[in-house]
Amino acid sequence: MLTLENITKVFYPGTVNEKAALIDINLHINKGDVVCIIGSNGSGKSTLFNIIAGTYPVTNGTITFDGVDITGKAEYRRAMTIGRIFQDPTKGTAANMSVEDNMITAETKGMKRLKISLNNAKREEFREILKQIGLDDRLKDNVGLLSGGQRQALTLLMTAMSRPKMLLLDEHTAALDPRNAQIVMDLTERFISEQKLTALMVTHNMQFAIDFGTRLIMMDEGRIILDVSGEEKKDLTVDKLVRLFRDIRKKTYATDAALLTTD
Amino acid sequence: MIEGIFVDGLIFSLMVIGILISYRILDFADLTCDGSVATGAAVATMAIVSGVPISIALVFAFVSGVIAGMVTAAIHNKLKIPGLLAGILTMTMLYSINLRILGNKANVPLLRVQTLYTKLPAFFSFFKPEIASLVGTLLFVLVVKSLVDLWFRTDLGVSMGAMGGNEQMVISQGINPDVLKLMGIGLSNGLIALSGGLLAQYQGFADANLGQGMVVQGLAAIMIGEFLFSSNRISLITLRAIFGAIIYKALLFFGRKYGYLVNITPNDFKLLTGILVIVSLFIAQGRSAASSRGARKKALARKTAQEETDAYA
Repeated sequence: MLTLENITKVFYPGTVNEKAALIDINLHINKGDVVCIIGSNGSGKSTLFNIIAGTYPVTNGTITFDGVDITGKAEYRRAMTIGRIFQDPTKGTAANMSVEDNMITAETKGMKRLKISLNNAKREEFREILKQIGLDDRLKDNVGLLSGGQRQALTLLMTAMSRPKMLLLDEHTAALDPRNAQIVMDLTERFISEQKLTALMVTHNMQFAIDFGTRLIMMDEGRIILDVSGEEKKDLTVDKLVRLFRDIRKKTYATDAALLTTD
Repeated sequence: MIEGIFVDGLIFSLMVIGILISYRILDFADLTCDGSVATGAAVATMAIVSGVPISIALVFAFVSGVIAGMVTAAIHNKLKIPGLLAGILTMTMLYSINLRILGNKANVPLLRVQTLYTKLPAFFSFFKPEIASLVGTLLFVLVVKSLVDLWFRTDLGVSMGAMGGNEQMVISQGINPDVLKLMGIGLSNGLIALSGGLLAQYQGFADANLGQGMVVQGLAAIMIGEFLFSSNRISLITLRAIFGAIIYKALLFFGRKYGYLVNITPNDFKLLTGILVIVSLFIAQGRSAASSRGARKKALARKTAQEETDAYA
C-alpha cells in the first residue's frame, strides 16, 4: 500500500544547523497493517509522518502509495486519501466555526462547490454521528468552546466521515487526560476495524505499542532499528523491548562513547 | 442631512464587508484595500464619463477590485511572503495604475453626466431626492449583503471560513488553500472596489487619494459593529458590519459638526480612528477573557448537573 524507498531528509543542508532527520529509510506498509511507531524525541517519527503526509519534500528517495509515485505531490492532494490526526487537538478543527460547519467541510474531500449541502436532514445525520461522543446537542456551538478531548474526538469522527484509505495518528491522545485519551483511543480502534483501515500511529507508551496493532517499528537517530510483526510482536514485553533497544544502541554508540569520555 | 450620513455609511459598509472578509473570515491582513477602493472609483468614473451604462460601470469596478485582490493573493501564494507585505506591494502599484486609469489626473469629476445619484431621485420620484438616494443605496447594499451571506453558506464559503480559522484543517480535507485565498481576497477587494464605484458617484468625483487610511477606518467600523452583539452566524456578522459602518460615519459627521467645541478638527480624525481601534481591541481582549471565564462556569454547571443526574440514576 505504502512504500518508502531510500528516503533521506536533511534539514538546513549545507549550514551549521544541518540535521539529517531521516537516513535512508526503506519501509513497506501492507494494506491492513496497523503499525505502532516508537522512539525517543528527535528520532524522526514526526519527520517520517510529515514526509508521508507531504508537509515537506524529501531530500532523496521515492514514496509510492497504492502503486502511484506521490513523492512530488502537494500535501492537500495526498490528504484526499491519507487522513491525519495531530497531537495538538486544535489542529484538526476550525475553532471559529460551529460544529456543523466543521462537519460539512469534512464530509467530502477536495475543493468545495457553490452549493449549500447543510440542511436539516444533514443536521439529523450529524446529530446521530455526534451521539457517539455525547455532543449531539452542540451542533451550533463554536468548536472553540469544546474541550481538548471533545475536539480530538470530533476530529476523529470528521476524519472517519471522509473515509480515508490510510490514517496517520501522531500521538493523538498525548495531550489528553487519561479518561479522554481512553475515549479517543476506543473510537480510534473501532474506526480502524470498522473501515478496515491501514494505520500508522506514533506513541510513547511501549506497553500500548506492544498491545495495539499488528506491527511495531522502533526508530532511533533517523533510522528504523526494529521492525516486528505477527507472532514475534505478540511475544514482546516492555523488558524485552528495552533490552533490544539497549543492545542495538550499544553497537552503534560504543565508538562514540569512547570518543567522548576521557577517563 | 441625516439621510446623508446613512447613504455615506451604507456605501462605506460594502467596503467594511470586504475588509471583514479578509481580516475576520480569512484571517488575512490585507492592505490592498487602500488601493482597490480608489481603483473601483476610478474605473467606475471613467466608464461612466465615456458613456458606459451605470450598472455595467459598477460591474467593471467590481471586476477591477477582484483582479487587484487576486494579484495580492498570487504574490502571497507564489512567493510565500506574508499577506501584509503582498497587500502593501499591490496597494503601492495600484496608486500608479489608478492615476493611469484617471488619465494621469489626480481627480476626475462626474459633471454633466448621469450617475446613480442623479438617476435614483428620478426613479423614486414619489420620495424626496435625499430619501430616494437612501432607499436606492439601501436596496443595493441589502442585495449585495444577501449574496455575500449566501456565498458564505455554500460549501465553498464554509471552507473559506475554515481556512481562516485553521489552514491545516483545510489542507487535511484535500483543499488547496492557495485557491481559496485567490477567491476570497478577490471577492473582498471586489466589494471594496464596488464601494469605491458608488462613492465616486455619490461625491461626484474620483480621486487617486481616495483610499488613504481606509483599512483602519474599515477596521474601526467592524469593531464598533462587534460591540453591538456577538454571533457566529454570517448574516448577523455582515449586518453588524453595516451597522458599524453607519455608526462610524455618524461619529465622523458629529465630529465634523461639533468637534470644534472641544477643539477637534477633521485633521485629527485619523488619529482618533486609530485610537478607536486600539481601545476596541483593548476592550475586546477584556471581553474574551470574561467570556472564557463564563464558558468555564457553564462547563462546571453542566458537569455538576451531569453528576446530579448520575447520582439519581
